Amino acid sequence: MEADKTIKVPAELDKVYDVQDFVNSVLEAHDCGMKAQMQIEIAVEELFVNIAHYAYPNGKGDAEISVGVDDGVASITFRDSGIPYDPLAKEDPDVTKKAEDRSIGGLGIYMVKKSMDEMLYRYEDGHNILTIRKKL
Amino acid sequence: MTIQKKQDGGKLAIALEGRLDTTTAPELEAEVKELGGVTELVFDMASLEYISSAGLRVLLAAQKTMNKQGSMLIRGASEDIKDIFDVTGFSDILTIE
Repeated sequence: MEADKTIKVPAELDKVYDVQDFVNSVLEAHDCGMKAQMQIEIAVEELFVNIAHYAYPNGKGDAEISVGVDDGVASITFRDSGIPYDPLAKEDPDVTKKAEDRSIGGLGIYMVKKSMDEMLYRYEDGHNILTIRKKL
Repeated sequence: MTIQKKQDGGKLAIALEGRLDTTTAPELEAEVKELGGVTELVFDMASLEYISSAGLRVLLAAQKTMNKQGSMLIRGASEDIKDIFDVTGFSDILTIE
């Protein structure tokens, strides 16, 4: 197994493409189907944007994203030192409601949960650590 | 993302090309904020490659507006994008051709 590759960027919205490009560049070396790649790209956007929006309410901070592929399964880990936030603790949105009753919150995390094979969160040494796994 | 609009009376056709994501969704939001006089809204998604929750939110807002004043139709979406509509329950809200 090769070592995970890592990028560290300011947790700011306009860095989302840098993070996606980085993740894609790692996955490119592996046999990644188009659909899995798009789902991973979307998951990376949703999770990074979440960090950019909420992790550092009182200022600036960084986010670190590590990617590794082991036995055909991609693992992507997001680390930030912002306020503790467990996206898995959030209730899923009701996706059966009609348009008028739909709220706009929680949809991004829900998409990630549905499209990834695994999603794990822990808070450790002042860091939010969120890992997603997806079979390529 | 490229947004192409074609208006013909009460019919507005919007063709989307590229990525509808956190960065580009506000551009589309601005376009569908004012739908005064539009009774038929059609999104052509044949060249749309990617949609995230930010894009879905804009479509939901447009659908809510059109529910009050006419109809909205999604056309040409790829299988991958249709899958996203399915997973999020948007297939039940939107009219997808």
